[in-house]
Amino acid sequence: MSAPTPRTPPDPDVPLLEVRGLEVTFSTGGGPVQAVRGADLTVYPGQSVAIVGESGSGKSTTAHAVVDLLPGTGKVTGGSIRFAGREVVGLGRREVEALRGDQIGLVPQDPMSNLNPVWRIGSQVEEALRANGFRGSRAQRRARVAELLAEAGLPEAAQRATMYPHEFSGGMRQRALIAIALAARPRLLIADEPTSALDVTVQRQILDHLDVLTDELGTAVLFITHDLGLAAERAEHLVVMYRGQVVESGPARAILADPQHPYTRRLVTSAPSLSSRRIQVAHARGEEPVDDLLARHADEPAAPRDEVVVASHLTKVFRTRGRGARATGFTAVDDVSFTLTRGRTLALVGESGSGKSTAANMVLGLLEPTAGTVLFDGQDVGGLSRREQLAFRRRIQPVFQNPYGSLDPQYSVYRSLEEPLRLHRVGDRAAREARVRDLLDMVALPQDVMRRFPAELSGGQRQRVAVARALALEPEVVVLDEAVSALDVLVQAQVLDLLAGLQRELGLAYLFITHDLAVVRQIADSVVVMREGKVVEHAPTDDVFDAPRERYTRDLLAAIPGAGLVLPAGS
Amino acid sequence: MPDALPTTGATRALRTAPRPGQEHVAQPLTEDLGAVDAVRTQDAPAGFWREAWRGMRRRPLFWVSGALIVLVLLVAAFPGLFTSIDPRTCALSDALDPARAGHVFGFDRQGCDIFSRTMHGARASLTVGVLTTLLVTVVGTVAGALAGYLGGWADTLLARVTDIFFAIPLVLAAIVIMSLASTRTALTVALVLASFGWPPIARIARGTVMSVKNDEFVTAARSLGMGRAGILVRHVLPNSAAPIIVYATVALGTFIVAEATLSFLGIGLPPSVVSWGGDISQAQGAIRTDPEILLYPAGALALTVLGFIMMGDVVRDALDPKARTR
Repeated sequence: MSAPTPRTPPDPDVPLLEVRGLEVTFSTGGGPVQAVRGADLTVYPGQSVAIVGESGSGKSTTAHAVVDLLPGTGKVTGGSIRFAGREVVGLGRREVEALRGDQIGLVPQDPMSNLNPVWRIGSQVEEALRANGFRGSRAQRRARVAELLAEAGLPEAAQRATMYPHEFSGGMRQRALIAIALAARPRLLIADEPTSALDVTVQRQILDHLDVLTDELGTAVLFITHDLGLAAERAEHLVVMYRGQVVESGPARAILADPQHPYTRRLVTSAPSLSSRRIQVAHARGEEPVDDLLARHADEPAAPRDEVVVASHLTKVFRTRGRGARATGFTAVDDVSFTLTRGRTLALVGESGSGKSTAANMVLGLLEPTAGTVLFDGQDVGGLSRREQLAFRRRIQPVFQNPYGSLDPQYSVYRSLEEPLRLHRVGDRAAREARVRDLLDMVALPQDVMRRFPAELSGGQRQRVAVARALALEPEVVVLDEAVSALDVLVQAQVLDLLAGLQRELGLAYLFITHDLAVVRQIADSVVVMREGKVVEHAPTDDVFDAPRERYTRDLLAAIPGAGLVLPAGS
Repeated sequence: MPDALPTTGATRALRTAPRPGQEHVAQPLTEDLGAVDAVRTQDAPAGFWREAWRGMRRRPLFWVSGALIVLVLLVAAFPGLFTSIDPRTCALSDALDPARAGHVFGFDRQGCDIFSRTMHGARASLTVGVLTTLLVTVVGTVAGALAGYLGGWADTLLARVTDIFFAIPLVLAAIVIMSLASTRTALTVALVLASFGWPPIARIARGTVMSVKNDEFVTAARSLGMGRAGILVRHVLPNSAAPIIVYATVALGTFIVAEATLSFLGIGLPPSVVSWGGDISQAQGAIRTDPEILLYPAGALALTVLGFIMMGDVVRDALDPKARTR
């Protein structure tokens, strides 16, 4: 062990970071915009604090102001930031640089773009060491790098240090970034949505590890997240931000139990992780869960329900590069069978690379199965004539994940919504316009959105337009491929609510593809858990959640943020 | 460590009473909370092209290059508006005479009015430049878009053909072909330049089409039942247009230069057609004694090319989302 820099143990009762009345302003073409308005924040040594808020709430801006890493034209225009008793606002460049790394570490959001692809992992950690004054021989530096990487949870660290970022998975890269951030033993670690780009199980492992590590080192952690469930689980003190202001702050438990501000209340009721936890708690107590979007199915008459999609023994093998004997197949989907009942929701759950989207594309008829069949209303999707295929397209429609890619950026909302009608020769001009207006009503968007272009809409609004487009031809089945995964929790809850309402009204069947089990709990009737192309578990949602049979399913369930939260009764 | 409790995430929350500065406080509701994800309706609608136009309008360079281009176009279309002297009626008695009233640029070695020849020369340059650019854009976009969109063997074939043409220097190839040509008009010059000038556009079109065709809105159109051709024309091409337009604007200038080069070498437009390239060639004999004869057609050529290249720059800034900063 090389000794970490000796420090006088900090007085636990003197705040490490004190932000008072912070104001941050960005100057834009349309005049100055205040991104943070009078934010207060206190972090004690060794404590973990979370800033919670939606995108644009100023949560990241606040944290970046602390290390003077405001992007673009951002400037601190008021208030004070005191770190370890010293004012940070107005410090010179050199002094702030001395603070970064050495005193305050930063784990960035996107592990894919925050490592330099042409440098070995080890040398990037070493750079962090050297920048913060680590002296020692080459061998000593190497040993320290391996030690840091091992500490961040990378096995065989010495060997991994010689690898390049592209040889690392997302989770491994994030661990490397944590090693870099902790290299100089900072007293405060800022973690900006550190795991939102990762699979849920990896997310959990990394956060757990970070928890233990920062506890051992006595590092204070400032989390930035949009998920209140995650924040409440990981931090003892919460700061809720909305439109640049701190609207509520206090102990995590107090905020969950007794949210005061209407925005916090909204967050508490909407965060899928919390909703899913509440359903769990209600089930355990034998009560009727209030958050279950499907509970409302209960009172409808038990009409006969037919199977609208039957996928049997679906297999898809992709040929990889190589010729002749070297050409190998990659089995993305391996003997997958499921049935989707009319008016119900089936969730396909799995991590990235589990083959869930490939399976969905085969159901949509966009991808030819290597083996197996998809029956839509009794008809084989594979053997349709052109005319039958066009008719089939009307009955099943997709909504994709990326709210920025699913609408043609050059089409106005009106044109996007009219396109399916025009293509299938539905009605005349006036009838089509009336239908577009109806569709906008259905997804709760105002009529004048019609003339707007996707670039002017938020992610949630685009996703609602995508839902409206999918519904234009009155399909029976909608395939939702991670349709809400990229959205903020509140917007996510809003779209889920909308989808549940539309399902009730229109009798739609949803094939809901997601990696997020918390959402599944709220919306799905039954669940297919997939892993590496195979079905791991296929059961009604309640069974999967209350009595998971497979170890992998249990891992996924444990990974839902907030799974360990103690929720007060009756919330 | 601040305390000795086993502190994992779940137990941490159960620790102690809040410390100073961390009490549970909520701000009073100062402004209306508003609906979740409400639509901002006060701004005017803005499409991609409208935004690009707004961005361009703000640049002084756009107005400078725009004015230059409009002026050149006007001269090319109506040279009679600017001069009433016939560029082909020359009196040897005027040869190399300096400027005088009514003849602001003076006379060349043949005794022709230089101002008149400069004005009339614009048409040849512009015709060849614009015609070549149009041909190049059409051929290049079709080849590149088909290669990128179809993929597979069509892509391999088209991409190889593009590479072969890419390897041939534009001006060199044009010199060889033009010296064999029996008729030399603006159209033949444009055709020859275009047949060797399309590969860069094909490459650009292929690249953008390949990235656009994988976008989710294309998959969405497929699931609506739209045919391959329909998707290419309605979704993929409009979204690939920006980089092609940018390249074409800049290329226009280079084609004008190429035409001047050919005419200078005497294998572009015939001497009977008034052109800047031809006049520069004529003037080179007197470059030591009367350099200003060279200056006027060369200056006009340079200004025109500069206008188009500056415009290309402005267009690129407006259309390239990566270069766009707000």
